[in-house]
Amino acid sequence: MSLDLSAFTPLAALAGGALIGLAAVLLVLFNGRIAGISGIVAALLPPRLQCGAWRLAFVLGLLAAPWIYQWFAPLPAASSSAAWPLQVLAGLLVGIGTRLGSGCTSGHGVCGLSRLSLRSLVATLVFMATGFATVFVVRHLL
Amino acid sequence: MTILIAALAGLVFGLGLLVSGMADPHKVLAFLDLAGPWDPSLALVMGGAIALGLPGFALARRRNRSLLGEPMQLPARQAVDAPLLIGSALFGIGWGLAGYCPGPALVGTAAGMGSAAIFSAAMLAGMLLFGLWPKRS
Repeated sequence: MSLDLSAFTPLAALAGGALIGLAAVLLVLFNGRIAGISGIVAALLPPRLQCGAWRLAFVLGLLAAPWIYQWFAPLPAASSSAAWPLQVLAGLLVGIGTRLGSGCTSGHGVCGLSRLSLRSLVATLVFMATGFATVFVVRHLL
Repeated sequence: MTILIAALAGLVFGLGLLVSGMADPHKVLAFLDLAGPWDPSLALVMGGAIALGLPGFALARRRNRSLLGEPMQLPARQAVDAPLLIGSALFGIGWGLAGYCPGPALVGTAAGMGSAAIFSAAMLAGMLLFGLWPKRS
């Protein structure tokens, strides 16, 4: 392992992370709800369609973020470099995996760890481990 | 009022993803590539989020109702079971293949990233498939 210090952005990472934490705390303290993106999005799809208007509002707020952000700083230009069939496979795995596992980086990683949930800690360790392993296989073995 | 808070939370969450670098799949993959020139930034994103989340959720756990009088709906499940392990493992593989998890995929789509749009469409299809799959009881 070698550190790439030229790419290291500790202040932006901490500040952005704090905003993510603030959003999760706002939602739980005022609305009593968990800011889990995969759960919120899935509940807006059939067959559940539990169209709590708050879920739609949350997603619309999320989608509005790039428009606000670009007034202050350029958006990340580079798209993911993986070819489209790989994007489709990755999207399907994330869609099915987050439902089967009841959460993603936000629900388990941010909210679950903040709640000191063992279930979320295990989920986070597992998806981090398979994420690290997948990148290792794709970049260094294939 | 809860609608307004939800919209604000979504917006702040999305801005956090953009500011932190989580919305940039190259940065995510550089974090997940332990064997390459490693960019540890995203560990600090999690750190920054949990630094606020810990006191916030500690407060939330002690209440039955939210500040707006809504029921406090925290997950009750505790079991570490096969669906949790298998689902999280599949999620991590998809995350490592593309560099997108659900929030950044949606934000990237709204920012006009073509790959994020393809990924998001497939992700929604995956969620739909899972929802429509007959459940074993």
